[in-house]
Amino acid sequence: MKEFVEGSHAVAEIIKRCRPGVVSAYPITPQTHIVEDLAQMVSNKELNAQFVNVESEHSAASVVLGGEATGVRSYTATSSQGLLLMAEVVFNIAGMRLPVVMTTANRAISAPINIWNDQQDVMVVRDSGWVLFFAESIQEAVDLHLQAYKLGEDPDVMLPVMVNMDGFILTHGMEVVDMPSQEEVDRYLPAYKTTYKLDIDNPQTMGYLADPDYYLEIRYMVQETHRELLSKIPGLAAEFKKAFGRESGGLIQTYRMEDAEQAFVAAGSVCGTIRDAIDELRAKGKKVGLVKIATYRPFPKDAIVASLKNVREVAVVDKSISLGGFGPFYTDVTSALSSLGTKAPKTSGFVLGLGGRDIRVKSILDVYEALGGKQVDCAFIGLKQELLAETK
Amino acid sequence: MKEIRIHARAGQGAITTAGILGYAYFLKGQFPYAFPHFGAARMGAPMNAFVRIDDKPVRLRSQVYEPDYLIVVDATLMRGYNCYVGFKDDGVAVVNERDGVEIPKPKGKQKLFIVPGNKISMDIMGKALLGNTVLLGAYAAATGQLTLDDLTKAIRERFGGKGQKVVDMNVEALRRGFDFVK
Repeated sequence: MKEFVEGSHAVAEIIKRCRPGVVSAYPITPQTHIVEDLAQMVSNKELNAQFVNVESEHSAASVVLGGEATGVRSYTATSSQGLLLMAEVVFNIAGMRLPVVMTTANRAISAPINIWNDQQDVMVVRDSGWVLFFAESIQEAVDLHLQAYKLGEDPDVMLPVMVNMDGFILTHGMEVVDMPSQEEVDRYLPAYKTTYKLDIDNPQTMGYLADPDYYLEIRYMVQETHRELLSKIPGLAAEFKKAFGRESGGLIQTYRMEDAEQAFVAAGSVCGTIRDAIDELRAKGKKVGLVKIATYRPFPKDAIVASLKNVREVAVVDKSISLGGFGPFYTDVTSALSSLGTKAPKTSGFVLGLGGRDIRVKSILDVYEALGGKQVDCAFIGLKQELLAETK
Repeated sequence: MKEIRIHARAGQGAITTAGILGYAYFLKGQFPYAFPHFGAARMGAPMNAFVRIDDKPVRLRSQVYEPDYLIVVDATLMRGYNCYVGFKDDGVAVVNERDGVEIPKPKGKQKLFIVPGNKISMDIMGKALLGNTVLLGAYAAATGQLTLDDLTKAIRERFGGKGQKVVDMNVEALRRGFDFVK
């Protein structure tokens, strides 16, 4: 049913329909209305789950690790510093092959203190083994949570999945969402049943010591599963489309790429603004398109190369940065395109929107303008030169 | 596409107001995107809420810089800050009247409606809590974007859970705001 709903509330609603048995969260900042709403739903007995209110994000992640380890579908949400405090456990959840689903309301990292949106937080756990989805709209965020459980709990996968949605822009924004009904969700996502669980009748150990004779293989196996996911995720999106009638997720999505000579690459809600900028540029006869990264881990190298191999110039838009290096998307995209050798398009990296600096159509047109110049690895867009001059 | 910018202080209900506006447009079959932007995250700090409305899903995620419509919940914000920045030439502004605060005049064809939202609210319930709803009624009359009926439906849906009395008072506030401008 179509509703006009806030992003956080929409996520809480869809999580309720996924029927998790354990929800745990640290309830104060940085947090969203998602877990507040879920706590209310548990209290109202609309959701039959144990809601565990904890004293830190480290504990929240530990509780969902424990919940999932007993074979119970589990959920948590966090943001920014909260994700950093979870980091140790986030790696453990993936290493123990527990299909937790977590929402990250993407926000900036301190210092300086900044509560606003960018995508720096997720980059800290980029290498943890979690599947990383990025939502462009509230609708896509809703849909990706369904796909997240479906994918992660697949016995051939058994990996945690993080749904990234831009803090404030999507979590606190309200828009029209086609909310799947409980019946539809039940049909799409059956109850979670696994033999891989802590069970006194069938004892097993998780997260054991793996000495140098074993560790390499165990890491390899996670990497292999990610490689297999590259062929599974398009099928997941196709199956979702069949069930719900709309495109959400997948490895990548493209916009006006058919005859494109130049392309943007980006992830998350900024893709919407880029689409508007592309329409403006197209109206002026510029053959520009967008490749949207919907799945960032596993990194869809082949899909990205296939979509960009015929373009002349690529602008990678990062809302985070590996300080001292480059934007993370830029690093991955250039690495992928290097397989084209001398035929690789000229690829430039742009960093914008850090700490909630608003990204306007004009900002994207500035990126486009710079793209036509000499190749750059890591150009910041929208810097206030007067502020920089003050610090000199 | 139409864009609305609401100026308020954190805690004055601008997000709820944007949500009701968005909901009224949604009930008409349009695609609103309503969202807040906070300054310092504390009560009383100036903040904005925005609504962007189109007949297809809104993709643009930036703030609103060139509003068609302005709603100023707290006129004291206009003392130190130009709320008309970027205001469209044919724009319509609805400002909540405040004793002792002079409301700057807009330019050219821009229209300004100064509405005694808090006073009307005091009159209805003895508290200023319905001020924003009065402004919404005034917005409908001033812009012709929504009918009183559209907003009444939105109020009933959004406040239905708060009991009949709350709904009735808000519907009354809507009507009084609408009539004030009409």
